[in-house]
Amino acid sequence: MRAFVYLKDVVTLRMDEEKCNGCGMCMKVCPHEVFELSGGKSHIVDRDSCMECGACALNCPKQAIFVKSGVGCAAGILNGIIRNTEPTCDCSKNGGGCC
Amino acid sequence: MTDKYIIGEIQTPVGNIPQVSTKLNIEDYLGTVMVRWSINRDNYKVKPGLYAVGNPTALSDVFVTANYKLSFDHLRKNLADLNAWLLILDTRGINVWCAAGKGTFGSQELINRIRLTKLDAVISHRRIILPQLGAVGISAYQVKKATESVHTGSAIINPSQLQTSKLSFSPESLKTNRGFNVVYGPVRAKDIKEFVNNGYKATKEMRKVTFNFTDRIKLIPVDLVYSRYRLLLAFALIFILSGLSRTGLSFHLAYEKGLYGLLNLFLAYVSGIVITPALLPYIPVKSFAFKGFITGIILSTVLLSFNKLGSSYPEMLSWFLLISGISSFLAMNFTGSSTYTSLSGVKKEMKVAVPIQIAFSIIGLILFVVGKLK
Repeated sequence: MRAFVYLKDVVTLRMDEEKCNGCGMCMKVCPHEVFELSGGKSHIVDRDSCMECGACALNCPKQAIFVKSGVGCAAGILNGIIRNTEPTCDCSKNGGGCC
Repeated sequence: MTDKYIIGEIQTPVGNIPQVSTKLNIEDYLGTVMVRWSINRDNYKVKPGLYAVGNPTALSDVFVTANYKLSFDHLRKNLADLNAWLLILDTRGINVWCAAGKGTFGSQELINRIRLTKLDAVISHRRIILPQLGAVGISAYQVKKATESVHTGSAIINPSQLQTSKLSFSPESLKTNRGFNVVYGPVRAKDIKEFVNNGYKATKEMRKVTFNFTDRIKLIPVDLVYSRYRLLLAFALIFILSGLSRTGLSFHLAYEKGLYGLLNLFLAYVSGIVITPALLPYIPVKSFAFKGFITGIILSTVLLSFNKLGSSYPEMLSWFLLISGISSFLAMNFTGSSTYTSLSGVKKEMKVAVPIQIAFSIIGLILFVVGKLK
């Protein structure tokens, strides 16, 4: 599975272990096994596997996790540049979906 | 027209809830194939709300998903032989993960949908099971907090109301009326039964997103369809330029010389949209643009060895640049289909790749014209 690791040292994921209460929610929602629990706290053990989806930060009851989340999608980023907005994956004309 | 997946009704304190089949029929399968080819994809929806599979009671599990029909079909198919409730959120026909990314599969919609369906009166427990990838848009602790005030009949109760109104419940009943607990289930619906049998715990494997060969191949048709106009435009441009000579523009010449150019262009598309995604983990670089560039270079070399890359050196070089540039750009767009690229990472690779892709295309076109006028 390590074949599916993206670029090194780029993601914005940060964690304040002081605030962590060890509930393990981040571990449950992460699709890429970035976190591990040890000593009653969660730790980032595989930062480069993070895709910045933001699920951990949104579900952390202690707000101990920070990540600038967004779509890892080149077409979405180009769309954002063209429309002068944040990267968006609304690529169809009627505002429907894609991605 | 009634929807064919509805096979009955279940009586509940809040009225009759449609019961849906857990078997997909030929129409469902046909619909799946069509949306994979981008046909009717923006309008493949089911009505948001509460549904039943089997014969659920107040104690049965609740599974939440998006109102994209593909998501809905996938969930009900994997609930065969179970008695459960389905809570369908309004994501405007987008799948769970993408909708969660946009926020339409979000805490607010879930809270509203719980109220609108009067779910608290249908079930006696307070556990709702969400697909793990929904966590991108749902905050479990916020949902819990916000639904603590929900009561039967979707009324929101506050203490002052309690004192003044003659509502038919005591403060004691409010204590049992606790908020909804969001439990994140497995990533894939096929693991639901195992998850339930496992005491509502997802194993490491159930939590992990993969991106295997079949996952990738399924996504290719939509990308092919999505890029069709750009391909036609490129076809037109190369066809016209193929008619150039020192004596001017000739349709006859374009027809004679242009067809192999169209083939080269088509192969560049295949390289970026089909070959690179199919071989994704085997191309030994990490940047998608770079992967597509490598596939394009290999393709150009193969074409050169078959003497199909043009009749002059400028033209051969132009095809090298055009094929690898196009392949790189299209492969880069596959980041959006992939399950592991980050926004920061894609931005980083684009900063390097996009200027190169533009330069390759412009120099490639100039060399193409030079080759024709030589």
